[in-house]
Amino acid sequence: MSEFDDLYQAIILDHYRKPRNRGTVPDASVRVDGKNPLCGDEVHLELRLDENGRIEDIKSSGHGCSISQASISIMTELVKGRTFDEGKQVCESVRTMMRGGEVDEEAMGELIALKGVSKFPVRIKCAMLSWTTFELAMAEFKAGRDGAGAMVSTEDEK
Amino acid sequence: MSYEVEKLRQDFPLLRQTMRGKPLVYLDSAATSQKPRPVLDTLQAYYERWNANVHRGIYEISDLATQHYEAARATVARFIHAAEPAEIVFTRNATEAINLVARAWGDANVKAGDVILLTEMEHHSNLVPWQLLAQRTGARLEFIPLDGQGRLDLAAAEKFFNDRLKLVAVTQMSNVLGTINPVASIIRHAHAVSALVLVDGAQGCAHIATDVQRMDCDFLAFSGHKMCGPTGIGVLYGRKWLLEAMPPFLGGGEMISVVDWRESTWNHTPWKFEAGTPAIAQAIGLGAAVEYLEKIGLDAIHAHEDALVRYAWEQLHDLPGFHPYGPPPDERGGLVAFTLDDLHAHDIAQFLDQQGVAIRAGHHCAMPLHKKLGVAATARASFYLYNTTAEVDALVAALRKALKFFGIETKTVVTV
Repeated sequence: MSEFDDLYQAIILDHYRKPRNRGTVPDASVRVDGKNPLCGDEVHLELRLDENGRIEDIKSSGHGCSISQASISIMTELVKGRTFDEGKQVCESVRTMMRGGEVDEEAMGELIALKGVSKFPVRIKCAMLSWTTFELAMAEFKAGRDGAGAMVSTEDEK
Repeated sequence: MSYEVEKLRQDFPLLRQTMRGKPLVYLDSAATSQKPRPVLDTLQAYYERWNANVHRGIYEISDLATQHYEAARATVARFIHAAEPAEIVFTRNATEAINLVARAWGDANVKAGDVILLTEMEHHSNLVPWQLLAQRTGARLEFIPLDGQGRLDLAAAEKFFNDRLKLVAVTQMSNVLGTINPVASIIRHAHAVSALVLVDGAQGCAHIATDVQRMDCDFLAFSGHKMCGPTGIGVLYGRKWLLEAMPPFLGGGEMISVVDWRESTWNHTPWKFEAGTPAIAQAIGLGAAVEYLEKIGLDAIHAHEDALVRYAWEQLHDLPGFHPYGPPPDERGGLVAFTLDDLHAHDIAQFLDQQGVAIRAGHHCAMPLHKKLGVAATARASFYLYNTTAEVDALVAALRKALKFFGIETKTVVTV
C-alpha cells in the first residue's frame, strides 16, 4: 500500500463522509474550542459527565480537512463511556503513534487508521486537533470550570 | 515569433521528472519558480571559476567575482528600468527588502499619528514589517478595501489620501486573488499628497514588464527565486536620493567607509545597505535569470500566462462546486486560488500530489485576506512561462478524481 493509501484509509474516509456524534449536548458539563491556525480547522466539543465522572455524552461541531474530521469522529466514539483519565491514556497513545513510536495496536481500535498520518508531518496537527481539544476539556473540567472562553491551538502541540 | 513552450521546458531539468510514474505537473511557481539551465550553469561557473569575496581581494578571481556581481546589479537595473545600478540593493528576498525600508526609512521618517496605507490583499511580508513600524512609532495602519470581485476599491480609500499619509505599500499583483493592481494610478494619488509608495513586486516582476521610472514608484521589492533565479537573493529598488538620505539597515563589513572605536561613516549607496559578504553566487545567478527572461520577453511570457489562465478559468468552472477568488482573467495574472465544494484545500493538495500535480494549499501567507474572504484555506494553482494547457487538463482531471475520491457529492453534512 502506498503512503497515500495509508493516509486515507477506508475508515478515515468513512468517518469523514459520515461523521459520528455531530451536534450539541444541551446540558453539557463542559464546552471548549480548538483550532489549527495553519489549516483554519476548528472544533467545538461539548461533553456531559455522569455522577461517576464518566463521559456520558460528547458531541462535536466545526469544520476541517478529512484527517481532522475523521479523527474527531473516531475520538468521540472512543471516549464515550470512559473517564477523562482513561481518555487521556488513549490520547497519549495517539501522540506516541504520531511521533512514530510503538503502540498496542489492538487497544487502539479504529484509531490505528490514523497511523499513516505520522508519515506526513504537516498533517499530524490535523489528527491531533481533536485530542488537544479533549485535553483542554479535561483540564477545564478538573479545574471546576465549564470551559467558557477556553480555546486551544495545535500550535501549542509540542 | 511563436511561443514555443515545449522548447522552453527543455531548459528546466527539474520539469523532466516523473512523480509516482506520472509526469510532474508543477503549478506552484507563485511560491517559487523552477530554474533554467543557464542559471544553473552560471551558479556552477561561479563556484568553479570565480569564487572569491567581492570588493576586497587584490587578486584576479576576486576582481572577476566583483565584476560579475556588479554586472548582475546593472542587469537588474536594466530589467526594471532603474535610472542607474546604484538604485539596486541586493537583499535576501522581497521580505528583507520591505523590512529594510520599514526600518531604515520608516524609523527616520515616520512618527506618531502618521498613516501607512496598505491594502486588504497584502502578503504577510508587506503587512507585518509595517505593523512593527507602527508599534515602534505610533503610526496608524489603514487599508484600501477590496470590492466584491477582489479588486482594490480606490474610491473607498480616497479619504486616506491627505497630509497624514506618509507611505503607501501595495502589491503589484496579489498572490491569492491574482489581481493586477493599478499601481501607477495609486502612485499618482500618493505623490499628490507627498506620500511615498513602495510596490511589492514579489508576484509582479517575474510576470509583468516593470518600468520603475514610468510607474514612478519610490521603492520596489522583489525576490529572485520567483523569477527563475536562485533562492537567497532579492532586490530593493529605491530612488537614489531616497536611499542616500536613509540611514543604514544592518551594520558590519562592506557597508562602511571608515570605522573607528566609537563611530563609523557609511559606504555609498547601494553598498551602505549590503552589510557582510553578500549572496554573490545568487546575485550573479539572478543576473543570468534576468537575461533568460529578457531573451524570451516579459510581454511574451505575460501573454502565454494570460492564455493559460483564461483556459484554466474555463475548464475549472466545469467542476461541480468550483469557487474561484478574485477577478475574472481580464484583470488577473497567471494564478487561480479556489475552493472545491466543501473539500478542504489540504485534502485537495494531498490528493493532487498523488496524481503528480503540485499545487499550494493554505492561507498563502495572507491570513487577514482569507478571513475577509470568509474561508480558512484555499487551493492555488499558479502558472509560469513553462506551463502548458495539457498541464491545466491534468489539474482539472485530478480535481475531478479528488471529488470522487472524497465522495463529496454523497457526503452528509451536519451543520450545527
